[in-house]
Amino acid sequence: MEGILHALFAPGFGHSEPVRTAVLAGAVVALVSGAVGVITVLRGQSFAGHALSALGTLGGSAAFLVGITPLWGFVTSGFIVAGAMELVGTQRRSGRDVATGLVLSTALGLSALFLYFETIVNSTTGVTITILFGSLFALNGITLPAMILLGIVCLVLLALLYRPLLLSSVSSELAAARGIPVRTLGVAFLMLLALSAALSSVTVGTILSSALLIGPAATALRLTKRPAVAMVLAGVIGMVSTWVGIVLAYDSYRWPPAGKGWPVSFCVVAVLFTVYLLTGLGSRLRTARVRQRRAGAPVTGQPLPTVRQG
Amino acid sequence: MFADYMLNAWVVATIVAVVAPVVGFFVVLRGSAFVAHAVPEAAFAGAAGASLLGLNTIFGLGAFALGASLGIGMLGRRGRHDVVTALALVMLLGAGSLFLGWSTEYAPEIYSLLFGEVLGVSGNEIGLTALLGALCLGAIAVLYRPLLLTSVAPELAAARGIRNHRIDMAFLVVVALATTTAVPVVGALLMFSLMVGPAATARCLTDRPLHAVVLSVVIALLTAWASIAAAYQTNWPVGFFVTAFAFAGYLLAHGGRWIRNAYSRPQAPLAGESAA
Repeated sequence: MEGILHALFAPGFGHSEPVRTAVLAGAVVALVSGAVGVITVLRGQSFAGHALSALGTLGGSAAFLVGITPLWGFVTSGFIVAGAMELVGTQRRSGRDVATGLVLSTALGLSALFLYFETIVNSTTGVTITILFGSLFALNGITLPAMILLGIVCLVLLALLYRPLLLSSVSSELAAARGIPVRTLGVAFLMLLALSAALSSVTVGTILSSALLIGPAATALRLTKRPAVAMVLAGVIGMVSTWVGIVLAYDSYRWPPAGKGWPVSFCVVAVLFTVYLLTGLGSRLRTARVRQRRAGAPVTGQPLPTVRQG
Repeated sequence: MFADYMLNAWVVATIVAVVAPVVGFFVVLRGSAFVAHAVPEAAFAGAAGASLLGLNTIFGLGAFALGASLGIGMLGRRGRHDVVTALALVMLLGAGSLFLGWSTEYAPEIYSLLFGEVLGVSGNEIGLTALLGALCLGAIAVLYRPLLLTSVAPELAAARGIRNHRIDMAFLVVVALATTTAVPVVGALLMFSLMVGPAATARCLTDRPLHAVVLSVVIALLTAWASIAAAYQTNWPVGFFVTAFAFAGYLLAHGGRWIRNAYSRPQAPLAGESAA
């Protein structure tokens, strides 16, 4: 037993302060991202989610430049950008994506400028990497209470908006017919998304934050069709994956190439992606079995033969 | 500004500014902006991997761009397209962070891959860029008609016997090629601006596809040249100017169309329109 535990967790795992903070922060972020992510996936706004978290780069770099805590930089820039996206974007899906992308890349251009100034002023170049790829292990305990508070705000807002949001995501015409202000609701959701993205970018870096937003939600929606169940499931999947990722990253100091350690962001993303692929495989096997069972029964609707033209 | 060492920068930027918006026009038409954003970022991970192995970064860029495109195309057949794109993107970026963690490359190298380094292009890279660019344009020319039809009316294209999925895959490969051409110059994060910005602007101004393609190339050329000039004068990163100019053009075109629409709208709007 001792041997197995030792093989799973490298020595000192339970006693390390950064690890404890990472486990706690990862859980908070995963729960909030899971719940928000399910709505994001249902609305087909993965790109907006990714953009808002990537835009943390702008807020983060600006905050580094001004010298305030990155968290507030993330939150402010998220709000501004969410507003800009809604303003520029049209209601059509493709127009929305183009607007999202353009706002995103403009903001990234600005952050390139900020980072450039930063390197001139302080001659430190590691900032780019920190903001983009983040590290759960590099958190300090100070931001944790603020994060938990923001997380609770996010969840409460989501609970309040839950029903109209769900209706407008599934059918915006129906929602409009029932007198729900669809456009305002869209802006409100983008703001919520910005808040949760800010929360996760500050802890896990901008890449991992979109992974936590989309990955668990997409996986959960493959397993269940009920949105409320999917939200809880996504939170749990995200949390467990984050923990597994943390353990892997902690252990990786013993793996090749010698002694460098694998980034925790990569470990978590890899776990999430594997889980997504596995559930896809599982559902494919299940449908195959159902089809096999039905093959014995007489089939009423034959699929049309495909016609090929020369 | 036109000194010897700047000459390469002008030539390469011109090549990229011709290739990127032609591809970008179809990106806008098909509404696959997310893919166009994801492929260059994924390619960045490849560049990081190549530099770890000590190879030329362009091979890494090409391999990862192609891998990302094909992966998205294949997985996107079953799942939601945007979800699959997001997941593939984060997975490859995660791999990029892994490679960066292992490598001993200096941070400025990575910075220039992300945000572009037009001034550091060497003479023998121009040949490769030109070749890849020509390949890209050739592919678009061959695919032009079916690509246009599948973008505008997929059902119609299917009825005419065009395999939508196959065209989709071919287009994704072209996006990967364009990425490989442009990323070393404008950077992974900003390639999107040059590809989609001018094309979206042109689409605002004209409805005819061929006009839009030519117009977007012109806009992209102006953007790229102005950016290099501005970057030379101020010494600020070139990527900032590319994105700023591209976005300004888009906003101007949109504002212009909005004003035009506001003037030409009939006095009494239809009952259904006022709600929309």
